[in-house]
Amino acid sequence: MSTKSINTIVDRRDGKLAMAHFYVAFIALAIGGLAGLLQTLVRSGKYELPWGIGYYQVLTVHGVVLGLVLTTFFIMGFQLAAVSRTSGALTDKQRMTGWIGFWLMTIGTVMAAVMILLNEASVLYTFYAPLQAHALYYVGLTLVIVGSWIDGAALIMAYASWRKANPGKPSPLLTFMAIVNTLLWIVATIGVAATVLFQLLPWSLGLVERVDVLVSRTLFWYFGHPLVYFWLLPAYMAWYAIVPKIIGGKIFSDSLARMSFILFLLFSIPVGFHHQLMEPGIDPAWKFLQVILTFLVIIPSLMTAFSLFATFEMFGRSKGATGLFGWVKKLPWGDARFAVPFIGMLAFIPAGAGGVINASHQLNQVVHNTIWVTGHFHLTLATSVILTFFGISYWLVPHLTGRVLTKAMNKLAIIQAVIWAIGMTFMSGAMHAAGLLGAPRRSSFSTYGGSEQAAEWIPYQVAQAVGGSILFLGIILMLYIFINLAFFAPKGEQEFPVGEVADAAEKTPMVFENWKLWIGITVLLILFAYTIPFIDMIQNAPIGSKGYKFF
Amino acid sequence: MAQPGIGKKTNTKVEDQSSLKGTLASVFLLGFFLIITWVGVYFLFLDRF
Amino acid sequence: MHIHKFEKIWLIFGITTLLVFLSVIGVSAFYLGNQPPSCLATINPEKVDTTAPFDKPGLKKVEGKEWDYELVFVASAFAYNPGQVEVPKGAKVKVIATTKDVIHGFEVAGTNINMMLEPGFISEYVTTFDKAGEYLIVCNEYCGVGHHMMSSKIEVVE
Repeated sequence: MSTKSINTIVDRRDGKLAMAHFYVAFIALAIGGLAGLLQTLVRSGKYELPWGIGYYQVLTVHGVVLGLVLTTFFIMGFQLAAVSRTSGALTDKQRMTGWIGFWLMTIGTVMAAVMILLNEASVLYTFYAPLQAHALYYVGLTLVIVGSWIDGAALIMAYASWRKANPGKPSPLLTFMAIVNTLLWIVATIGVAATVLFQLLPWSLGLVERVDVLVSRTLFWYFGHPLVYFWLLPAYMAWYAIVPKIIGGKIFSDSLARMSFILFLLFSIPVGFHHQLMEPGIDPAWKFLQVILTFLVIIPSLMTAFSLFATFEMFGRSKGATGLFGWVKKLPWGDARFAVPFIGMLAFIPAGAGGVINASHQLNQVVHNTIWVTGHFHLTLATSVILTFFGISYWLVPHLTGRVLTKAMNKLAIIQAVIWAIGMTFMSGAMHAAGLLGAPRRSSFSTYGGSEQAAEWIPYQVAQAVGGSILFLGIILMLYIFINLAFFAPKGEQEFPVGEVADAAEKTPMVFENWKLWIGITVLLILFAYTIPFIDMIQNAPIGSKGYKFF
Repeated sequence: MAQPGIGKKTNTKVEDQSSLKGTLASVFLLGFFLIITWVGVYFLFLDRF
Repeated sequence: MHIHKFEKIWLIFGITTLLVFLSVIGVSAFYLGNQPPSCLATINPEKVDTTAPFDKPGLKKVEGKEWDYELVFVASAFAYNPGQVEVPKGAKVKVIATTKDVIHGFEVAGTNINMMLEPGFISEYVTTFDKAGEYLIVCNEYCGVGHHMMSSKIEVVE
């Protein structure tokens, strides 16, 4: 398994490409974080936005910049670095492909951002028709996606050259995982690209008058759920393959890690209806079928939970820990590279519990579109995933810039994560609670004409603002650490940790690299879950909708 | 490194280093948490009209 | 591929739990009829005001049906019609709603009545209003600048 020829340092030129992605990602964090702070303040009822800025404009900024821009840029940068580290430096052609992808994504981001700032696109990041944004907003988002495909092509090319040079061998684990996530992304984004290119863009340009709303939403959610797994899998890459090395332990099982990634590829796509459970026009039996498929995608996460605990326990016991939980004390709590992602892992427990509830067919009536859902994905994306991304940054950014994470920065990083956890407990906890009482998501402050029920929500909204303010403090700290690591930290060599497999774990079966098989099953599952309801939608379609600009 | 501490172990059985009983306990705690929250919302659903 | 004994125990436990969850909601949905709102009927969204039953929004007693009343709502940016309605406690009601323009989210706060209103489609939900009180109806899907001003009220009276 260990071919010693593989470099332990990411090629400097590949590092530049990855860092370019990170600069955009952290600028997005600054802008989107500020937007988030403003939203929680407005919704507390104690603050109003100045200069005629709209709440929903700010909300659009927050969603687009954090949900689409920060994530996509960070993930692509991280995956480029991980592939370069584990499969060798990119060729010039591959690197050039990566740069083309990066610039397309950046240009697209700027276009979409300008339209949002001009208040031409206050349609949120889900841009549900028939609310109609400026055509350039859709063009911008398309460019972000096309750019990410080209970035992905660079990764796939690098993987192909590794396979060619190492026939009959399983690819390095991190490379394998990055490729699974890239394939997942490509298959998923076909849906959103289809609705934008064939429905929304011609409609916003006035080439067609009407749009089929349900088809557009269905294509969006075909993309929307694998999107969240596209965010999650890079965090799982770090949890499975990097954190074990950081703590000085071993990967629990290479094969199980690969298997769970393959299961994510298969089952995270044909499940979009669980975002559309409350919609007319879809037969409930088809909804339930996708609910079952959604439950299947919980299984690899159950496997992940076991693998991670096992990695930690095996390490602790090898250090002499005894008793049921003695191993917990042996973990390196003072090391931000471990402690920060660990807090993210813990957050995934309530996050996952909420997710199971959301997906449970008619139980969704209790929480659908309430602020519970916002609380839910601020645990998944905005805690589990983002804290893991921060944890990755603490070694990856200095590794790429030829600097080191100093003791002081390490300490600050841990403080940052603790602040984040506290802020999120307030914000997400209050969101979950208010959501159960019925408070809607994506809504500005309102007393709803003096309604008693709405009055009950306000204390929770104040708690959200307290949490939001604490989180914003966390963002400032994070940006300070990032800037330090990128430009000011002392020169040196920071390790890019890559885990090794535990001795007991055996050889990795080659079947995991059989892409024809896995992509074939993925496509079959998608066809199974979507073909008939999709035909129904088109056959029973009502007259389409004209565009509305209610912003 | 892995030698049991002198005079410390009174148990006849030396603790198995590769034991994963803590892992099993942890995941079951997680499992119970999933069940409790799910059942909680399920009853909320039943209680409401 | 080797799987640790404890991991097998955990996966069996976990998968069984998921199966139990699925059975509970499956039986509830397909046997007891607690399906999420999934009406398949369509309507021309530009002619809502002249199409029955949306030409007369509000509560209406009906005979010979499985429910006693029909409660009709028309949503448009940024209001519900009717803006307030009284329902007798214990009444079995079919709530019927649609939108004249963009997507709205019809949610009666504190109840299970929660459904998307999409242009061209009718949304329905049947339930028994068995608790007295005042219930706020909000719009829970972003529909434009006035989204948070959009509301109505149901009073369930003895």
